Amino acid sequence: MSPRRIETGNRIDRLKTIRFTFDGAAYTGHAGDTLASALLANGVTLFGRSFKYHRPRGLLSAGVEEPNALVTVLRGDVREPNIAATMVEIHDGLVAISQNRFPSLSWDINAVNQLGGKILSAGFYYKTFMGPVIGPFKGTRFWMFCEHFIRRAAGLGRAGSAADPARYERMNAFCDVLVVGSGPAGLMAAKAAADQGARVILAELDPRFGGSANWSDETIDGLPSADWARRAVKQLEGHDNVRLLPRTTVWGYYDNNTLAALERVSDHKENPGKGEPLHRYWAIRAGSVVLATGAFERPLVFPGNDRPGVMLAHAAERYANEFGVLPGDKVALFTNNDSAYRSALALKKAGAQIVAIADVRPELSGDVRKLAEETEAEILTGHAVIATEGGRALTGLKLQRFDMANGGLTGDARSIHADCLLMSGGWSPTIHLASQAGARAEWSPARQAFLPPQPTQKWIGAGAFTGSFSTAEAIAEGRAAGLAAAGGSSTPTALPSVEAAPGDPDPAPVFEIRAKGKSFVDFQHDVTAEDVRLAHREGFVSVEHLKRYTTLGMATDQGKSSNVPGLSIMAEALGKPIPEVGTTRFRPPFAPVSIGSLAAERFGDLKPERLTPMHDWHVDNGATMYSAGLWYRPMIYGLSGETIEQAYVREARATRETAGIVDVSTLGKIAIQGPDAAEFLDRVYTNMFSTLAVGKARYGLMLREDGFAFDDGTTWRLGEQDFLMTTTTANAGKVMQHLEYFLDVIWPELKVHVTSVTDQWAGAAIGGPKARQILAASVTGTAVDNVTLPFMGIVRGEISGVPVMICRLSFSGEMAFEVYCGAGYGTHVWETLVAAGKPFGLVTYGLEALGTMRIEKGHVTGAEIDGRTTARDLHLDWMLSKKKPFIGSAMMDREGLVSSDRLELVGLMALDNRPLNGGAHIVEELDEANPHGSIGHITACCYSPALGKHIALALVKGGKARHGTRAHVSDPLRNRFGPVEIVSNHFYDPDGSRMHG
Amino acid sequence: MLITCPYCGPRDVIEFTYQGDGNRERPEPASQNFEAWNAYVYDRLNPAGDHNEIWQHSGGCRSHLRVVRNTLTHEISSVAFARGDHGPRRKMEGKS
Amino acid sequence: MAEYSALSLLANALKGNKDWKPAWRKPDPKASYDVIIIGGGGHGLSTAYYLAKEHGITNVAVLEKGWLGSGNVGRNTTAVRSNYLLPANTRFYEHSMKMWEGLSHELNYNVMFSQRGCLNLAHTPAQFDDYARRGNAMRHLGVDAELMTPAEIKRLIPALDISSNARFPVVGGLMQRRAGTARHDAVAWGYARGADRRGVDIIENCEVTGFLRDGDRVTGVTTSRGDIRAKKVAVAVAGSTGRVMQLAGVDTMPIESHVLQAFVTESLKPFIDTVVTFGMGHFYMSQSDKGGLVYGGDIDGYNSYAQRGNLPIVDEVMSEMLALFPGLARVRMLRSWGGVCDMSMDGSPIITMGPLPGMYLNCGWCYGGFKATPASGWCFAWTIAKDQPHDFNAPFTLDRFHRGLVIDDKGQGANPRLH
Repeated sequence: MSPRRIETGNRIDRLKTIRFTFDGAAYTGHAGDTLASALLANGVTLFGRSFKYHRPRGLLSAGVEEPNALVTVLRGDVREPNIAATMVEIHDGLVAISQNRFPSLSWDINAVNQLGGKILSAGFYYKTFMGPVIGPFKGTRFWMFCEHFIRRAAGLGRAGSAADPARYERMNAFCDVLVVGSGPAGLMAAKAAADQGARVILAELDPRFGGSANWSDETIDGLPSADWARRAVKQLEGHDNVRLLPRTTVWGYYDNNTLAALERVSDHKENPGKGEPLHRYWAIRAGSVVLATGAFERPLVFPGNDRPGVMLAHAAERYANEFGVLPGDKVALFTNNDSAYRSALALKKAGAQIVAIADVRPELSGDVRKLAEETEAEILTGHAVIATEGGRALTGLKLQRFDMANGGLTGDARSIHADCLLMSGGWSPTIHLASQAGARAEWSPARQAFLPPQPTQKWIGAGAFTGSFSTAEAIAEGRAAGLAAAGGSSTPTALPSVEAAPGDPDPAPVFEIRAKGKSFVDFQHDVTAEDVRLAHREGFVSVEHLKRYTTLGMATDQGKSSNVPGLSIMAEALGKPIPEVGTTRFRPPFAPVSIGSLAAERFGDLKPERLTPMHDWHVDNGATMYSAGLWYRPMIYGLSGETIEQAYVREARATRETAGIVDVSTLGKIAIQGPDAAEFLDRVYTNMFSTLAVGKARYGLMLREDGFAFDDGTTWRLGEQDFLMTTTTANAGKVMQHLEYFLDVIWPELKVHVTSVTDQWAGAAIGGPKARQILAASVTGTAVDNVTLPFMGIVRGEISGVPVMICRLSFSGEMAFEVYCGAGYGTHVWETLVAAGKPFGLVTYGLEALGTMRIEKGHVTGAEIDGRTTARDLHLDWMLSKKKPFIGSAMMDREGLVSSDRLELVGLMALDNRPLNGGAHIVEELDEANPHGSIGHITACCYSPALGKHIALALVKGGKARHGTRAHVSDPLRNRFGPVEIVSNHFYDPDGSRMHG
Repeated sequence: MLITCPYCGPRDVIEFTYQGDGNRERPEPASQNFEAWNAYVYDRLNPAGDHNEIWQHSGGCRSHLRVVRNTLTHEISSVAFARGDHGPRRKMEGKS
Repeated sequence: MAEYSALSLLANALKGNKDWKPAWRKPDPKASYDVIIIGGGGHGLSTAYYLAKEHGITNVAVLEKGWLGSGNVGRNTTAVRSNYLLPANTRFYEHSMKMWEGLSHELNYNVMFSQRGCLNLAHTPAQFDDYARRGNAMRHLGVDAELMTPAEIKRLIPALDISSNARFPVVGGLMQRRAGTARHDAVAWGYARGADRRGVDIIENCEVTGFLRDGDRVTGVTTSRGDIRAKKVAVAVAGSTGRVMQLAGVDTMPIESHVLQAFVTESLKPFIDTVVTFGMGHFYMSQSDKGGLVYGGDIDGYNSYAQRGNLPIVDEVMSEMLALFPGLARVRMLRSWGGVCDMSMDGSPIITMGPLPGMYLNCGWCYGGFKATPASGWCFAWTIAKDQPHDFNAPFTLDRFHRGLVIDDKGQGANPRLH
């Protein structure tokens, strides 16, 4: 058996031995052990190094508040840093390593920082490392040089870069009553609420329900408290309306009683079950919440209080009673309150020798004195610990007579041998969730603690959370809270009886013993009492300044144990009561929460993928796909050995020479229907739609309310009251919301209904000199000649049995048709058209060729309608109707929108016959060394097979007036400079004779 | 935060799109009162307290809702359809 | 000897650190001042500093309702950059950048400005061109910018997933090397100390409850600590602009207040040496010198003065974080907090005289205010002292919205939640 393992301990299963390693050394423990308890049982005292001074540290606590014993857990390449050893349940094969030490935990070179002592005081870095004002280290250089080393010395564990193979999942849960914490108060609350028929969730951050009942060794209802808790849990398990969540930390209290929790589903397993997540994120919407979150014991602040072997009194009691581990053989106690006597007695019963009890108070009550005498310790009232001794483990301590009235130390110092020192500075209720819910805590001078405030959301407190530290009170408050939360009214039966050690819940108002040496307030961040006083001296006196200047409470434990001692030292320095220093407002999370759990199922699957109906065909036929927003679209259909440019030039050239077909299913499509549909479109578009004949389409432009261009597209009149609007791919959702807003909020009198039909229609655009012949060869039920289907005309017909709608409109500038069919038939129709086109030399083309042909035509897209351009900038002012008001018409003529130096759309031709770059700027005078004087930029560019030139669209100041002049592209980012000619944006077939046929 | 849509019941805020200050009055389409247009497009009450605002249940029934919500506490005191014919169009006191 | 230096640290350490003076005094307010600045945040304090230093105006009070620096100067994610698209913004933020480069010396206070670079990741060729447009715009105004290839990015940030099977593969990035991070609180404290040493009264726990008026003219303020008169009253309360302006009878502003959340992980050994932003959503991250990954995303998206956010944005930000860094799934979020931002109608700030006689206004910082701190105070001080804007802030007027002279870097129009 391990050297410190004892016969007590109700949580561990001695029949099950578990093997694990820590820093490469093999250890054994038992089922139920935490890494902390198992290592402690093996005689390990040194668990970690502190942040700043790299001081050796042992276990302070046995729970979630642990600041010292942080480890990294390894699973193959996957690293999980900064886990408190007190929260790691051991399993076979567990590999844990210590952190923030080099080369080893025992010999850490950075411990040299301790010599810096007084220089490395709070905020020292604000006062130095500024470097010289001149020379090579001027400016920020010197600081960055120092920072390089500071960063490497700082930091705790190391994160991995290997992708985590684990699954995380999210659950949305609803309940009438959420009970947080399963100590006696929480168990009673859950039971009471469940008995009322309420849907109850009971969340407990430990693996076992029961809280303090698991280790207090009191008697409840005639049973040892741990057995009573087992029985209560068993009863709850029998309720269909109760969900028990062990290993679940409720970490966030958000609006409308939405609480966030993290369930550690398989952290403690060597091999998680198939499909089992590592963590589960619970978003719980609770009718009401019972906060039974207990309290944290506080350390005392005295020189050497951080030495390994100094621990919180209740933590030692937990190790003995819950885990069967004795943290020391010769144990001393230092306290300012009664609760710690029970802890000392527990250790005595577990087999330790209690060598001394030092209490800052001059006198003890009769009950407590009796407890103290049972420990057979030397009782030293009116005494304080002024120093500890030892290196990586405690060997002894020094005591002196202490006067509580003035904090003075008198008399000779006395040395006592001990290998474990228990300390207790009283208790702070765990009010974090209540504070997150928006309320301000109230200071209780009696309890020397912040107590929960009046609820601002629907929660009820119970037990130690409210400052009622006795189990009897917890049981009574818990049941009352559960009943009230469930809206219950039944008369309760008698409460379970409790036999517990006596004690006054109020501690003496002493947190610090001022003696020579470093007294730690925040253990992990190495904030000392002197640091707090320095902050005071320099004026950083409000609680937030104290935190920020000294970093008190900013470590991974978030000040769970250091908050009140720190405030008390500041209050004393200020000569003010604690609440005047301020109240810390706690924010989520209560305890650190894995990022994987928060991403949950979106880990590895950030956004949905939108695929057109013909997607698989494109992939099967050699398309290179391009991610555009959520969509995937063919970029090119490359032949083997082709570059991207060769492919799109081939596709565009073939389209202009014979025919090409492109998938346009991603265009936004909105059905606009109703008696007022035409009137609505007149208000939405800058141009007129009420005059559009049924069976015809029209190109339309929309502005925003502020008069800037918003979106464009064609809208088809399918019937008197029936329109089909198309939008750009990127703006489909925005336009839909824009239309809905106006119909619902601004013009509810219009009888119009809008429906997004983007996903209902598949679309293909087929264009080129042979397009009509191909269509004629595929379509039945309608002619497609110039009379039946004139420019902007619409017909209905069939393609191999599938009803289609065909509109003759052109983006490519060729004679072209858009063919729409039900989405499910998309591939069928597409394949039919491709097959019919084969004898004519039809090519499939992708976005690159589409873009090339639109640049040649000078059409605008999102690169030009970028939210900052006006209709005039884009030479679309011919579309601004003067006969009617429309959205944006009142605002489009404001001073800033009509000024002469605005950027206007132009075309560019490279005069050096080299490719242009998107995002290159335009200058009048080239200065490659010091680029300046930008007059605009390229929005889109390509090699134009039709022109045999490298061309671009650009937005240039006073653009139209510059037609026919020379300028230069200036692209210092890619070192591309050269002459261009500014021309009209309509490069190709400006009068449209090709598309009109 | 939960918003109780009159059609769909209480739903998480993630289903809704915020459409801003509900106190803004859009001038008549043909209005030449540019000050009124500017106020409508650019100026906001932005109170610290109850705020009359428009939300769209974009992940649900797509109705626009007129919501009175406290900007200090996020507490919602009323939700109604923004469309006039679904119920009374609620206006905040004064200040617009 | 400078008040703060390695030598003074040593000298003080030898004396047990007993001789350090308060970083700023705690004076009671006087009955009147030449200038009152409402708001003891970064911008208010830097304005006071530059009024004293550049313009010799030292009879100045900074009034702070809570503790100094309690607003956004201590709640941001500390990035400093000047990588804007539109010239008005680029010029202003570059002026700020140049001030940052000498700020620790200027203030004799180490604000830890670390020029570790800011990298915007591009995920499509179109976005890459868009970034090139912005980078070239910067270069044509003398600001550093460069494009990076995926391979170069991988060398800089080994933990980043640049694989082609990522949902949004990285196709390149726009890097500003001179950008970086600074210690946010130190900026507030450094300016406070600098202003204090030049005679400015910094008055904490002094809430402005109203404005004293002589007709239209603003002649002072009423506060929780009594009436205070002033020749000029400057408002620098981004986040609370709506509330304070309503006290002056200005009921509407081209601003909405929105809550922005920020997050930090537990402390880690160096993981990322630059500021990085995601292009297919809204996510940005850097690592503090203490080791915490500091990151954030979009605003919650509705008017709020609550300084508390909700879960949807938390989930969104973490999802985007893991899309870039799948190795961080087991790293843990340690702390989250919210700040209230003045979201303006074009995403750009307001630094101007007025809107009432005797009043000066500095607001509308959206979530770009921290990096502007030096230039904002410098320009605002100039405007207050000379009753006219400097060229740098001349475009940032209040009437630009109505006149259509918007400075809309994102092209989103009058929709504050989208800027």
